[in-house]
Amino acid sequence: MNIAVRCENVTKIYDTGDQKVTALNRVNLNILLGELMMLVGPSGCGKTTLISVIAGILDQNEGACELFGENLLTMKSKDKLRFRATQIGFVFQAFNLLPSLNAAENVSVPLIINGENRHVAKRKAIEVLERVGLGDRWKSLPAQLSGGQQQRVAIARALIHNPRLIVCDEPTSALDHASGHNVMNLLKEVAVHKDRALIIVSHDARIFNFADRIAEMDDGHIVKIS
Amino acid sequence: MNYIALKMLMGDKGKYIGIVMGLTFASLIMTQQPAIFIGILARTYSFISDVGLPDIWVMDEKVQFVDDIKPLQDTELYRVRGVSGIEWAMPMYKGMLKARMGDGTFQTCNVIGLDDTTLIGAPALLLEGKLEDLRRSDGVIVDIDGATEKLAKPPLIAGGKKIPLKIGDSLELNDHRAFVVGIAKVTRTFQSQPVIYTTYSRAKSYAPKERKLLSFVLVKAKKGQDLHELTERIRANTGLTAYTQQEFKDMTYNYFIKNTGIPINFGISVLLGFIVGAAIAGQTFYNFTLENLRQFGVLKAMGTSNFMLLRMILLQAILVGSIGYGMGVGLTALFGYLMRHSILAFKFPWQLLVFSGAGVSLICMFAAFISILKVIRLEPAIVFKS
Repeated sequence: MNIAVRCENVTKIYDTGDQKVTALNRVNLNILLGELMMLVGPSGCGKTTLISVIAGILDQNEGACELFGENLLTMKSKDKLRFRATQIGFVFQAFNLLPSLNAAENVSVPLIINGENRHVAKRKAIEVLERVGLGDRWKSLPAQLSGGQQQRVAIARALIHNPRLIVCDEPTSALDHASGHNVMNLLKEVAVHKDRALIIVSHDARIFNFADRIAEMDDGHIVKIS
Repeated sequence: MNYIALKMLMGDKGKYIGIVMGLTFASLIMTQQPAIFIGILARTYSFISDVGLPDIWVMDEKVQFVDDIKPLQDTELYRVRGVSGIEWAMPMYKGMLKARMGDGTFQTCNVIGLDDTTLIGAPALLLEGKLEDLRRSDGVIVDIDGATEKLAKPPLIAGGKKIPLKIGDSLELNDHRAFVVGIAKVTRTFQSQPVIYTTYSRAKSYAPKERKLLSFVLVKAKKGQDLHELTERIRANTGLTAYTQQEFKDMTYNYFIKNTGIPINFGISVLLGFIVGAAIAGQTFYNFTLENLRQFGVLKAMGTSNFMLLRMILLQAILVGSIGYGMGVGLTALFGYLMRHSILAFKFPWQLLVFSGAGVSLICMFAAFISILKVIRLEPAIVFKS
């Protein structure tokens, strides 16, 4: 089975000047292609730090973290950006849609970052929005959409450039139960793919059953994988 | 990405208009106050500018500025005419005389006596009457601002409007009768006194009796004559001082700069206006970037390079800077246009346009630079915070 993410002895220490906080302490984790891995645990246990390291937007202090065989820590900054732009899709807790762009424009952002023509990107964005059930709302601004709809737009944005890893940070915590359930169904339906891995940070127990595997974290360690 | 940058900028109409208005206001106070300052200083030498024909002004060596008259003997005119390289040399009287008004009050006027034959030094724009009417008995030409304001006749009814002086009206200049034969448009002088033009010989009769009454000798150089050589020759041959028109303007301007409180008093307000404008412009744009920091963080997390973000911020700064500057300068120009007939001093030279443009650009670039630093230092992991 192909491994999408391999973390070995990953340690991340935040130096706040007065004190050092160990957010990740020798974390070992493998995520497989085609797998939906859920990272769970109490607040402050290091879940967000771990996905930041995996996604290459934070550098670990020790250990190695490989994505599809590539070590992001040793990559040049430019190559790391390129890798992130092409290989990773993000879904955030607060959606983080650009408020002045409509749904289609928001979804097309990753393609534009990758150099795609704006008009072509928009056309592709409308197609992806149709896949997430928002084809008729492509002109709507984020403020005109419900929380669940905004998260669907965010999922479309995470998928449009066909990344091999999708990182989701608390994708359902800002949504009610029904919307959260719908979003997870959608993620499972459109995002899970044999050539792609999904990692979802959550402490919403209602969605744990969507996971293929669950990694429980506490105090910077992975204490259990089930 | 340029499209995204522009949408980020203009997407929130309220914020966008706020930034543009902030920069417009900044540009307005950065140009309007200096324009008034320059206008006031330009009035110090406006008389020299209005007397456009002569190339050289000859005067006593102790003269410090255009209103600092140290009279010469009439014979000095002939000595100047004797210097080689001169096409013509004409006398001019300039003095402050009291005009007695119809209601018995007095008004100090700037009386200009022009060569009786050629009338050289006369105002370029006559609104009413003919220049040659100055040769009529007791004829004087009055400037329009003086005629409608300080020399205007008292109203017929109490509390009514003053009646402007017009052709055919008379006034008393130092106990001599003078008839208005024309109304001229001249640039306001620094003291904004009414300006009265008459002939040189009549001006001398109006003036208090003195042995010397010739204020200036106006000189036109022969074609091809180097003006600086000619001024040197006039100095050497006559013992008088001679300046080109520009030198005389500069001397007058510098006198006011060095010897009056205008630069320090007004200059401080202009400087403060500039600083306030700069602060508003910079702060407005910086706040905009700060408010959008999370959006930049999202773009950064998704793989946008710092260079691309830098380009986006610069584009936004250039766009709002240009629009705000254009509107601010436009409002300043409109202000100047609407005030063109008022007493307000206003001069908007192209140098001020360039200077303020450079100022606004620098401020926007500085604000953009500070914002860029913030974005470059931005930890993209911010996007994972709710």
